[in-house]
Amino acid sequence: MALAADAVTLEVKGLGLARGSRCLFADLDFSLVSGHALILRGPNGVGKTSLLRVLAGLTIADSGSVVLQAARVRAFAPHVRDNVLYIGHANALKDDLTVQENLADQLALDTNDVTLADQLGALDAVHLGDRRDMLARRLSQGQKRRVGLARLRLNCGLAHKSMWLLDEPTNALDEQGSALFVETVNRHLSMGGAAVIASHLPLGLSGPVAELQMQERA
Amino acid sequence: MSAVLPRANELTTPERGVWVAMRRDLRLAVRSKGELAQALAFFVIVVSLFPLAIGPESALLKRVAPGVVWVCALLAVMLTLPRIFQSDYLDGTLEQLALSRYPLPVLCAGKMIAHWLTTGVPLAITAPLLGLQFGLEGRELMVIVAGLILGTPILTMLGAIGAALVLGVRGGSILMALLVLPLYIPVLIFGAGAAEASMVGVDVTANLSLLAAMLLIGMVVTPFAAAAAVKISLD
Repeated sequence: MALAADAVTLEVKGLGLARGSRCLFADLDFSLVSGHALILRGPNGVGKTSLLRVLAGLTIADSGSVVLQAARVRAFAPHVRDNVLYIGHANALKDDLTVQENLADQLALDTNDVTLADQLGALDAVHLGDRRDMLARRLSQGQKRRVGLARLRLNCGLAHKSMWLLDEPTNALDEQGSALFVETVNRHLSMGGAAVIASHLPLGLSGPVAELQMQERA
Repeated sequence: MSAVLPRANELTTPERGVWVAMRRDLRLAVRSKGELAQALAFFVIVVSLFPLAIGPESALLKRVAPGVVWVCALLAVMLTLPRIFQSDYLDGTLEQLALSRYPLPVLCAGKMIAHWLTTGVPLAITAPLLGLQFGLEGRELMVIVAGLILGTPILTMLGAIGAALVLGVRGGSILMALLVLPLYIPVLIFGAGAAEASMVGVDVTANLSLLAAMLLIGMVVTPFAAAAAVKISLD
């Protein structure tokens, strides 16, 4: 089943969240059409990560609603787990497993259908092919990020999760890595997926992109 | 790559989710053997301290043996509880598990099984060797092993709930002990009770049956409770 083009896939209404006594955002409204990307911008601590976590259903908002593909996002609801791929600051890599084992474990949570050849192909594509039997603890920050990138690339082909929520995905990636990332997101968007990406850097996505500038609140 | 987006949900059976989580944790446990050995070494050393401290009076040693073995097993299990969720919480894996296509209780069940296989089972296997130090005999040793086989999974399951609740809390390990140890009391009573019953020649099935009953209830309830606790910790 292909996702319908130009269908509203994410709709946020009156969203508000406070952390402690500080209000991160309030009355936030936006919507996202499939095939589009939304870039979250704003200074550190403004609540970009928190917003992504609310969209993923990991954090419960104080007010407002998030509707993903016509169903309201509730924490850990099956339709959220089927549709959302969230990659946060942490790379979710196990130091004691090899690169390929880490990738296989992450993919096992998304789909049964990934073959070893698929995995090796994706690792080659992100230039980790010769590191596949290396323990993850020996990888540099950028290489760790690339494992997540390999997962994203495979996600495009298999068990496609339609909503990607990415937190500073190009952090620690070099130019070539960032270009690979942009190419991957473009492919995801062209296949009818959507993405919300928190990023400080200009990404240069080719698809339709909206920006949400988040403001520091008193 | 096809342009079609398949929904590969047909194979997300709960058994598969249990297997995915269990395989992952078992592989990690095997990779860090030192951590595995620590709990077992703790158990062996602490149990061995008692004959040294109490002295060679065999009647007294035999009298306290079931209690000593059980309390030490309980503490050894408790020391390993952070392993279930702590590193997954810190490196972001727990978020990924929570957002995977498998329900979180299923994954928690897999993690509990992996934890039991790597702590409870080795403890139960080692216990008879330690029991010999206390002058216990064949049948009494067997009852201790049977009790530990039935009881240690309950310790793991209750402990997983506590471990999940204290994720991200400063000084969490003490707090976890305070949460979990009171819950361990029934297991301790019936486990050590079975061993004592075997020593005085009373039927042990009542105690073991109660342990088995707790185990069955725990298998149904605790994965959901642990998943709810993880949910709270991730918020």
